[in-house]
Amino acid sequence: MSIKLTEEMLAMLPDTRGHFGDYGGRFVSETLMDSLMTLEREYLRLKKDPDFQAQFDFDLAHYVGRPSPLYFAERLTKAAGGAQIWLKREDLNHTGAHKINNTIGQALLASFLGKTRIIAETGAGQHGVATATVCARLGLECHVFMGAEDVQRQSLNVFRMKLLGAEVHAVESGTRTLKDAMNEAMRDWVTNVDDTFYIIGTVAGPHPYPLLVRDFQSVIGRETRAQCLSQAGKLPDALVACVGGGSNAIGMFYPFYTDESVEFYGVEAGGLGLETGKHAAPLSAGRPGVLHGNRTYLMEDENGQIAGTHSVSAGLDYPGVGPEHSWLKDIGRAHYVSVTDDEAMDGFRKLTRIEGIMPALETAHAVAYAMKLASEMSEDKVIVINVSGRGDKDIHTVAQLDGIEL
Amino acid sequence: MSRIEGVLKALKGQGRKALIPYITAGDPAPDQTVDLMHTLVAAGADIIELGVPFSDPMADGPVIQLACERALVHGTSLRQVLAMVKTFRETNDTTPVVLMGYLNPMEAMGFEVFADASVDAGVDGILTVDLPPEEADNVAPLFSARHLDVIFLLAPTTTDDRIRAISEHSSGYVYYVSIKGVTGSAKINVDEVAAKVQHIHNLTALPVGVGFGIRDAETAAAVGKVSDGVIVGSVLVDTIARNQNNPAQLNQALTDLLHPMREALDGLAS
Repeated sequence: MSIKLTEEMLAMLPDTRGHFGDYGGRFVSETLMDSLMTLEREYLRLKKDPDFQAQFDFDLAHYVGRPSPLYFAERLTKAAGGAQIWLKREDLNHTGAHKINNTIGQALLASFLGKTRIIAETGAGQHGVATATVCARLGLECHVFMGAEDVQRQSLNVFRMKLLGAEVHAVESGTRTLKDAMNEAMRDWVTNVDDTFYIIGTVAGPHPYPLLVRDFQSVIGRETRAQCLSQAGKLPDALVACVGGGSNAIGMFYPFYTDESVEFYGVEAGGLGLETGKHAAPLSAGRPGVLHGNRTYLMEDENGQIAGTHSVSAGLDYPGVGPEHSWLKDIGRAHYVSVTDDEAMDGFRKLTRIEGIMPALETAHAVAYAMKLASEMSEDKVIVINVSGRGDKDIHTVAQLDGIEL
Repeated sequence: MSRIEGVLKALKGQGRKALIPYITAGDPAPDQTVDLMHTLVAAGADIIELGVPFSDPMADGPVIQLACERALVHGTSLRQVLAMVKTFRETNDTTPVVLMGYLNPMEAMGFEVFADASVDAGVDGILTVDLPPEEADNVAPLFSARHLDVIFLLAPTTTDDRIRAISEHSSGYVYYVSIKGVTGSAKINVDEVAAKVQHIHNLTALPVGVGFGIRDAETAAAVGKVSDGVIVGSVLVDTIARNQNNPAQLNQALTDLLHPMREALDGLAS
């Protein structure tokens, strides 16, 4: 069942306590409450400040290189055999992924708030690189927390962060992946709350993070909407984006909420298959709970302990998801599906060989699903894939899967 | 009057301060927890804070994280923790027990089921680290209606308006987190704590317990002097870790640590 969204409803999304329906909110220890409330107040003020917005827009244009192109993938369309497939090229942004849109915005916020020390968590390392990049540019001290397992499988990005002057902290606790990196970043923040700004990389975490990350990433959907109208002559029929925490998907979907004809598809990491339990698909196979400051769909056991996750893609290897996605799922506005590691690898190879575009393994999930979807739709339909990042960082993983030593 | 309120009133009448040790249930193994609780009482505990292990204890430092991991290796669940309290109550119906943990295990069990089971087990209070009063609308009333005390945290960063609002939502006592940081992390500044606790006393009539950073008799006395009670966690949990393979020695080690704190606190009474 789907409800029609109106502009009035969007104004209360989230409400004043950061709730998206039953989801979101601010579930943190007391020490952080004052900082979160200050951040919320200052952000809502700066959101209306023309100087802040002008600086943000300027940086997106001249530092990130926006707008990113919307590209008609003619050969991929032929290969899928159905609807037209268009690619929103976030992989062409400075640093190679959509993550920079948000780090530019949050670093700007940090500067306006007078914070001099930046911390961030990262999974695949794209958010870490994007954070280290803006810190280098603004001369801010930067600490990135990364699960020890991810440090290994994303060594290229670790080195990039170090070159940019960031200190990378390998997190050995728990499952040694993104969720543990986020725990550790929260611990650092509690300890250094006076001078430190925590740049969260996705639309999760305590209010106001899901709100501000969505706002900073919405440039993706706004551009796509205008580009699609002008280049394809109509609104898209379907938007497809991968979902880990879900920032590239929300950024793509949000400006289309009231366009009823546009269907949303969020693609989760099916890992070895949902039936094996070895996946990272909380919306497809989890249930609501509370982690990392917000209520949302989670992967957990019957006792409420957070479950270990698996995905070939480090950026999707997370047991939770942004609360706005949980809400979109419950009201039926978005479809959440999953593709397996193997299907994603197939998507990676197809986009690389057919279009000469090597996507990140996260993005490859969206590519794999979109090709399937396109084959079931007629040729006059338009699908836009958010190509959230480029695949250079994943070369080692792909080589390893192929049994090749680089 | 709740068991917590009764104990704190009686102590106040005697001019004494509460000693509130924390251990993580199921650490080092589930079958040792009840025994350790009795040991804490014998060494001078007035109230026990019993930690419910969680896979992602965001507000805790490495010492309590590892305790959670040890407990979870044995599969210690919230239901098992409640069973431990029930067993403890078979031979002790005077020492209040506060469950301290994170929201998700409670939510997974179902808040109403959990509240009923807590009453049945003989739990006295609930402290949920990641549940500020703003998010507690649907949860705290379930506890209060069953006469379970709801204990909230106050921090060095808490503003006066929030101190008042949080205290209004609290019962039993409020827990003042003495430092900006995670459990077991830093040294406390007793002068700063004294000033803040005095300030909190001006804003609420509830007893104020102070935790984070209390490691020995000296810090216990210094903090006890300015508050209504001291909460001791990481140093006990660290002792459990160091003696995890030697249960007989473990009980003695906990006693050796806690008893001097008791004496130091009672030395304040005059």
